[in-house]
Amino acid sequence: MNAKRQQLKSLLQLFTLSALSRLGGLSLMVGSAFSVSKQANAQALERESEDFRVLFKNLTQSSRVTLERVHVSIPRLADNGHSVPLKVWVDGPQTVDDHVKRLVVLSERNPRPMISSLQFSPTQTRLEFSSRIRLNGSQRIWVLALMSDDTWWGQVASVEVTESACLDASL
Amino acid sequence: MTARIILPPNPKAGVKMDIRILIQHPMETGFRYDISGAAIAKNVIKSFSLDLDGETLFSGELGTGTSANPFLQFSVILPHSGWLKLQWLDDEGNTGLERVLCNLSS
Repeated sequence: MNAKRQQLKSLLQLFTLSALSRLGGLSLMVGSAFSVSKQANAQALERESEDFRVLFKNLTQSSRVTLERVHVSIPRLADNGHSVPLKVWVDGPQTVDDHVKRLVVLSERNPRPMISSLQFSPTQTRLEFSSRIRLNGSQRIWVLALMSDDTWWGQVASVEVTESACLDASL
Repeated sequence: MTARIILPPNPKAGVKMDIRILIQHPMETGFRYDISGAAIAKNVIKSFSLDLDGETLFSGELGTGTSANPFLQFSVILPHSGWLKLQWLDDEGNTGLERVLCNLSS
């Protein structure tokens, strides 16, 4: 009876954690057996997404990020987290007066959330950028664009990753 | 370390083109261990830049979230023909340089 109550308690704790990690979008596997390490893992992931939030805030200086103009194309399901193709494009002609100065790709759950930070000179055409990225498990990817008039635009995309890129880091 | 700057076959003046960059680099995350259990030091390409005759077109900083052998592609209308120069620097202090001549036909 007591053991059952203990199990219920840890279940509740895990649920509170997952509710807290709204931004992190953690998908916790709720199995029948709960171990301390699993809770520690959840807490570590929570801390990582916290780091992401701090980085996000520092980067945008808490200014408003409008979820328009920037488009992200990434597979909904990636078999292998080591190399996930990412394509980004930004609306607009990218002239000297109005262009993307900086493009930042952020991950919510990677141990180091900054994937890449890129600077562009006016490309005179619709800006398209492609790369291949590493992902530590299923998560959301943020792409933020800083325009030449210092406004932030962005887009977010979720990816399901079957095989995580860094198993060691998430333990 | 080698790199390639891949240009479209017949680049035309005033027409949008995609420039692709491929750099051979392990992009060690620092989270892996070798067979004896020792941690492998983090070694990623910290920064890179692509210049056209000394004028920077595209530059950036990469993190551990970029895959091994980084692939970067972007679209641009080049203002004129010239030498495209790619330079990069990694955590171990190694630098790399690759140049390619881009002749725009009208």
